Amino acid sequence: MSAARQKECDVAIRISGLTNSFGDQIVHEDLALDVNLGEILGVVGGSGTGKSVLMRSIIGLQVPDTGKIEVLGESILDEEEEDVSIRSRWGVLFQGGALFSTLTVAENVMVPLAEFYPEISPKLRREIALYKIALSGLPAESADKYPSELSGGMKKRAGLARALALDPDVLFLDEPTAGLDPIGASLFDQLTLELQRTLGLTVFLITHDLDTLHEICDRVAVLADGKVIAIGTIPQLLAMDHPWIQEYFNGPRGRAAAQGHDEHARRQESKA
Amino acid sequence: MGAPADFVLEERSEDGPVLRFTGDLDIATIGQLNRRLVKLDQSIGLIDMADVGHIDTVGAWIVYRLARDHKCEIVNQSESGTRLVEAVGKSDLGDLEPPQRPDVITRVVSSTGEGVLLAFSSMLSMLSFFGAIVRAVLAQAVNPRRIRWAATVRHFELVGASALGIVGLMSFLIGIVIAQQGAVQLRQFGAEVFTVNLVGRLTIRELGVLMTAIMVAGRSGSAFAAQIGTMKLTEEIDAMRTIGVSPVEALVLPRVVAAVLMMVLLAFYSMMVAMAGGAFLLWIILDLPFATFIQRIQEVVPLHDFYVGMAKAPVFGMIIALAGCYQGMQVRGNAEEVGARTTAAVVQAIFMVIVLDAFFAVFFTEIGWG
Repeated sequence: MSAARQKECDVAIRISGLTNSFGDQIVHEDLALDVNLGEILGVVGGSGTGKSVLMRSIIGLQVPDTGKIEVLGESILDEEEEDVSIRSRWGVLFQGGALFSTLTVAENVMVPLAEFYPEISPKLRREIALYKIALSGLPAESADKYPSELSGGMKKRAGLARALALDPDVLFLDEPTAGLDPIGASLFDQLTLELQRTLGLTVFLITHDLDTLHEICDRVAVLADGKVIAIGTIPQLLAMDHPWIQEYFNGPRGRAAAQGHDEHARRQESKA
Repeated sequence: MGAPADFVLEERSEDGPVLRFTGDLDIATIGQLNRRLVKLDQSIGLIDMADVGHIDTVGAWIVYRLARDHKCEIVNQSESGTRLVEAVGKSDLGDLEPPQRPDVITRVVSSTGEGVLLAFSSMLSMLSFFGAIVRAVLAQAVNPRRIRWAATVRHFELVGASALGIVGLMSFLIGIVIAQQGAVQLRQFGAEVFTVNLVGRLTIRELGVLMTAIMVAGRSGSAFAAQIGTMKLTEEIDAMRTIGVSPVEALVLPRVVAAVLMMVLLAFYSMMVAMAGGAFLLWIILDLPFATFIQRIQEVVPLHDFYVGMAKAPVFGMIIALAGCYQGMQVRGNAEEVGARTTAAVVQAIFMVIVLDAFFAVFFTEIGWG
């Protein structure tokens, strides 16, 4: 690790006193959240509790009313020139993939490379794009296809390849498994986990998928009433008696996901 | 960031030529290094990674590619380096060239051919689109409850009422321009008074309806194409079909009806305002009283001029709506297509309006309405 990286503390994202509102509607009020380096943090919450707004605030697409947000030790609410350098250290996968529809998948991945590192030769740029596409689990022939020729699951993988283009330290995923079939969703979870381990990523993951939470998240943050009402591992959350958390994890779907996870773990153990 | 990336070639007795990387091998430092590595034409027996600091997948890719091309081993790797090199190695797709574009001559010839074919096929599909509209009109005539009153009235407002300001201003100025130019030219013959003929006949017969059609094509024809095109992209039109709502009835017909009726009203309005503009200018520069202007108009403009102007208006409205809705329905694929189709809608509408206007000019003269 270089000296610059070592200086940073073990918190990847630090948010404090965040307030967001649209007109009269207050989305976040004095929200605080720390995301540790190298963890996969799942963010859950009912619809309209501001999960996406939180993500948009962190990546600078939504300017909050008040609050402090630091990513990898750099405040992102300061001058605009300054957040350019930090932008190259995170990757974002938007819900619908948000691929540029007039560019092929490989060209999509090459956009951030050309933008931040123009000194890299076009040939190397394409090589980088190709192995990123393969890393994201896409077949070789999809590299020169246009987004409209891809299935929903492949679009997400292509979006992931673009998010990984700059070898980011932090990866933001907005409902990555929404709209995928269970097999595709499970494969995507495994891919996320594998990439996180290989590349040492910090992952900020918004999801409604209980299986994802059980399978790959180190900690889960629960958003309600404009705040993070609880954060911890799933057993820690289960020990709390907040009605929403209980309903969420102990509802029929929550129990099914937990059971599936336990069985999966037992099978893995018996195999070992 | 940290130490700059570099490499040193050294000769070691036991391993032959060794390439030793130093510094951080990551995306920020690799650009220059890659250039030098590509030029390297010496064989390498071993890659030494002992002095490498931070490494990311781009650095790992460079190292992996070098090892692959020279078929040599990598030694003294850090744990993360080993992991990354292994990961990118597994993701090696080989040299996958982007599909080549054909040469210029082939491209020009093939795009010309495609253009010709497209012209024919789009003529056919436009005709069938017109047929679908006629069928929808008949279906609604049989079953008037299916008429979309709310949508139709809303488009009356969008196409007609909200265009009043701009069409009025444009017509008034055109009336002024015709009167001013006419007065200047006719003054040479002492025939300024005939400017009234010029203003009356030109605006009523030709310019009122033509300029209105161009304005409506720019304002509403483009809007039709963009609205319907975006709805096509977001699958709203497919959703309509599955619910059993015909997009032609729900989207196209209200727009066509609104464009046809509003073109008639706007064209009339435009003629009146343009004449007002002419009258205003003549009053200023020739001291021609307004009442005299009206009286002269009645004398010199035959009634069939008015019929000619008004007969063209609904046809132009139809063409504008047809081009806009048709191009909107043809959108598929991506956002760029919406822009291209919107442009095509406006260009097509204005072009066809002008062609038809020429046809009408000849036709009406031939039947004695000259």
